[in-house]
Amino acid sequence: MKKTFLLLLIMTSVTATMNAWTDDDDDEHEGKHRESRSVSYTERRQVTTAPVMNAKFKAECTSCHMAYPPGLLPARSWTQMMNTLDKHFGEDASIDEATKKEVLEYLLKYSSDHAYSRRGTKILATIGNNAPMRITETPYFIRKHDEIADSTFKRKAIGSKSNCLACHSGAESGYFEEDNVRIPRANELPSKKK
Amino acid sequence: MKQIRFKFLFGLTVLAFNTYAADNVLRVFEEREKKTNSSFTAFSIAQGEKIFRSERVNSKGEKVSCMTCHTANPKAEGLTRANKVIAPLAPAANQERFTDIAKVEKWFKRNCKDVLDRECTNTEKGHFTAWILSVK
Repeated sequence: MKKTFLLLLIMTSVTATMNAWTDDDDDEHEGKHRESRSVSYTERRQVTTAPVMNAKFKAECTSCHMAYPPGLLPARSWTQMMNTLDKHFGEDASIDEATKKEVLEYLLKYSSDHAYSRRGTKILATIGNNAPMRITETPYFIRKHDEIADSTFKRKAIGSKSNCLACHSGAESGYFEEDNVRIPRANELPSKKK
Repeated sequence: MKQIRFKFLFGLTVLAFNTYAADNVLRVFEEREKKTNSSFTAFSIAQGEKIFRSERVNSKGEKVSCMTCHTANPKAEGLTRANKVIAPLAPAANQERFTDIAKVEKWFKRNCKDVLDRECTNTEKGHFTAWILSVK
């Protein structure tokens, strides 16, 4: 009986791994395709800050919070962030060295001073030589949200300023246009988003 | 008919596989326990629940417990401090839970540090796992 289970286990793992590989390949091609293609101005305006989400980044960095587009901060911020994961906004979020290296490479590749994105460029222009850890403390963010009351950010479905996704449904792909903003009402509950 | 039977058999297989995997995580903790404690027989479900429900003040001065994020009901969805929904913790409500030892270890490490300001012992992890698997 145990042997049957073991065999099943192996078969399931093999299938799962094969699927994962296939998925990876698809992403890779898509990424290269998007990067090499010339984009129109309208498309460029909407270019996401991270065309393809790195699998390790997704696995390690999005369990507790949304996937912040790497393009919202410069390389120096991400480097500091990844080197202080043991004290990550009050939590120990340490990861092993190999994973850290891969995630950092991804973050740097799409950081605001290495890849173009509309919001990233605007934020970058307001921070001088600083290496902000919180996007919400950049002058650009503050200016863009000055009409939102603190009590609104504390609504149950929002929680805090760091939860972009609560109001900007396209946040994880770097889409923050005004026409896509929807502020949850006071009595709404947090929604399940990937 | 053949297809239905196949689906049924497949479903049964998946179910059996998952039950086996969940037990397997507990078995890892049991095997480790036996190495350090020769009189060990079984982990305590009651102790496991106590770990889940005990509140304390952490080094940041916050009142914390496992329930801070997972709620008092292990079969319910929880919420992280950054307002991200957490899938239910109990395998009874979420069959992916406690099937992957690496994942289980990773989150015990992180969350024990968060709640207890230290890593959990193998005994604590064993009690906890025994309890969470017993939740119906």
